[in-house]
Amino acid sequence: MSTTSDEPTSPAAPAAPAASGQPRHMRRMVVIWLILAIIGDVLFYTLVAHHVPPGTMTDTASANQFDFNVLFLAALPVLIAVWVYLAYCLVSWRASRPGVPDPVGGPQARTNLAAQVGWIATTTVIVLGLFVFGTVELIMGNGSGGGEGPNPIWTPTSASILPVQVIGQQWKFTYRYPTFGGMETSDLVLPNNTTIAFHVTSLDVIHSFWAYQLSVKADANPAQDNVAFATTQETGKVTVRCNELCGLWHGAMFNYGKVVSKNDFEAWAKATEAKNAPNTKLLPPFSWTYVPDANGADGGYYPTNVDPYSNAEVYGANPVKTTNG
Amino acid sequence: MSFGGRVSVVLGLLAVVVGFAVWGVVGFLMPQPATVDFTAAKSTTGAVDMTVQTVPAIGFGFQPGWVSYLVQDPQGQWIHSTIWKLPAHTRVNMTILQYDSGSPLRNQAFGQVQGTIGGTADLNGKPISVYDSNSGDSGVGHTFTVPSIGLSVPLVGVKATATNTCGSAPCTTNFDHNTLKFSFETPGPGNYSWQCFVPCGAGYLFGNGGPMSTVGYMGGFLSVVA
Repeated sequence: MSTTSDEPTSPAAPAAPAASGQPRHMRRMVVIWLILAIIGDVLFYTLVAHHVPPGTMTDTASANQFDFNVLFLAALPVLIAVWVYLAYCLVSWRASRPGVPDPVGGPQARTNLAAQVGWIATTTVIVLGLFVFGTVELIMGNGSGGGEGPNPIWTPTSASILPVQVIGQQWKFTYRYPTFGGMETSDLVLPNNTTIAFHVTSLDVIHSFWAYQLSVKADANPAQDNVAFATTQETGKVTVRCNELCGLWHGAMFNYGKVVSKNDFEAWAKATEAKNAPNTKLLPPFSWTYVPDANGADGGYYPTNVDPYSNAEVYGANPVKTTNG
Repeated sequence: MSFGGRVSVVLGLLAVVVGFAVWGVVGFLMPQPATVDFTAAKSTTGAVDMTVQTVPAIGFGFQPGWVSYLVQDPQGQWIHSTIWKLPAHTRVNMTILQYDSGSPLRNQAFGQVQGTIGGTADLNGKPISVYDSNSGDSGVGHTFTVPSIGLSVPLVGVKATATNTCGSAPCTTNFDHNTLKFSFETPGPGNYSWQCFVPCGAGYLFGNGGPMSTVGYMGGFLSVVA
């Protein structure tokens, strides 16, 4: 089927003027898209945005929720644009419709400078804009809850930061509180309105500490101190999961922590410190990283050609201090 | 026999062979021990009494050299299983006969008794709340730990100087052993994984492969039902 008009009329010629007898397709599509995009974004923001994970329990969680919402609000109009274009094509230029232009061929199908420039410019602005936005959010959020390695570049300015050491081992996380006598416990309890520095390490293979509601996720590598920050701003329950496939019981490597008031935290910490004191004195001195007996407890657990650890402090098995991490 | 008949016979035999192959592979990859049911084994006090043992070598099966747990079923027979069905919200009086030797713990945090009723366990009749795995010549052989309910008990190893050690399961109390007794309360219905936290998978990287990564040896489930 061909058109008798000299005006651009193919689907790839969105700026068809009305003088050709064809309606202004591009204008129609833009209007439809604009209306639907506004409706979609408004509905998302009012109905969904405040419920988007990971919530608002920490500043990083709030920031991540904000980031997810911005990304979705930016992506939704793009999605709607594609759907509007497809739907418009199906309706306006379906083959059975009388008088539709030839869908393939013609000069406008090969070259349309306005469409090309518009497409490249729009996608470039979106991608670069999100790149800048993401980078700013990563920096301003002190790593956005992700592990920054042993020497964090972006650190919080809080004058009082609670260090909590997260120790991964197959298949359980334990938590050591250096400012409370170095006690080690299975419970993750945190004070509200406090900046926490999570020092994440492992005693064996690679694990990943993912405290979902805190929006903190950091790999737990043996002999590495991976630091992540978050400031609590709500009390509540925290789900901790290992996020790195680490063996048979990986799926069972989870626990529940909680953010409590400062008074409740102080009471818990002091009681736990006292309760665990007999065992705490048997633990190796606090260090940012540990080395379990590289020969295995009582020997024979490792192939003789494997030395999985670098020089760091020995954790357990008659510890010998080699460095201070 | 017609061509169609011969094709049917060949396809039938092929299906049988493939079926056996799948059954063998799945059986090898997913050896699931039987579930031992304690739901009808409540004593007059309403508690469930359980006796288990840990052995340095199971002595039979496809890995006779692996360390393992065994459990005594309500009829008194030793069963090679680590999946135990228990009633919910019920006191369990656990006796563990530990026949394996010990070593220093990788993480002494597991030297602390946690989650038992009273916060202690009896080691050969004496209560302990903490065991120093670096002291003496015993160390800790295994732990019985249910992470999701906060239960963990160090199972002190048989002394290195012991001479009357058990070679394969089930062991009798004539052999050198330690007896650990403690009680805990089961949670609500659900499957709760438990494991040993001593990396006792000798010969495997980090000691956590082999029996540490196979249900039926050093880990299993508490299948708690209403």
